[in-house]
Amino acid sequence: MKHLQVEYFALFRERVGQAGEQVSSDAANPQELFTELQTRHAGLESLLNMKVAVNDELADWATPLSDGDRVLFFPPVAGG
Amino acid sequence: MVTAYCFFHRSLVVELGFRVSHAALDPARCSAELVDAHCGGLVTFEGWVRDHNEGRRVLKLEYEVYEPLAIKEGEQVLTEAKRRFGVQHVFGIHRAGVLEIGECAVWVGVSSAHRAEAFDACRYIIDEIKQRLPIWKKEYYHGGDSGWVNCERCAHPHAHA
Repeated sequence: MKHLQVEYFALFRERVGQAGEQVSSDAANPQELFTELQTRHAGLESLLNMKVAVNDELADWATPLSDGDRVLFFPPVAGG
Repeated sequence: MVTAYCFFHRSLVVELGFRVSHAALDPARCSAELVDAHCGGLVTFEGWVRDHNEGRRVLKLEYEVYEPLAIKEGEQVLTEAKRRFGVQHVFGIHRAGVLEIGECAVWVGVSSAHRAEAFDACRYIIDEIKQRLPIWKKEYYHGGDSGWVNCERCAHPHAHA
């Protein structure tokens, strides 16, 4: 069981109703973690072009997660 | 004296990098940072808050920025532009917080010996900023509702697969 810090931004934060949470999970990667979190948060929809960062680095959805990782879920960006 | 002033400025520009600002941007001051005697021109892009989007009347915008990664990724984009186009100086700054119609939301500037590479580098930087930086834009509409740009109506069952 890994202990992870999960953070949500913009639309995801509003849909989940909080900016972050501590999660204990067996998820192997961000993709599995997101799917698991969707069962807890009904409003957490998968969006086209959403991104994930692990420990402040943009990451692949299949990147292996380690105990203590900070996982940041980014909805589609819209700078400029 | 003029040469000394320009050398001083050049060392400043190197340290400017990419920034996020919670206060109004000052385009004239941004341009001044890129002055260099070796450069024959400056190309700038200013992104402004527009009063409409996709048929809706927009009253104001709110930018949410995850600063640690926005700055890191912004620096990366600037470095890529310098290397790729061989320009002298590059600078970019993006606003965070609530902005009114007409305010400057993003400023990009490139100074170089010749204009062609400055235009190309400026275009590259603003395009990459829009696609890569963790910045989100919430529009507040006439009528009282609001929406996150690029996020609404894009639900996807396997978006991350």
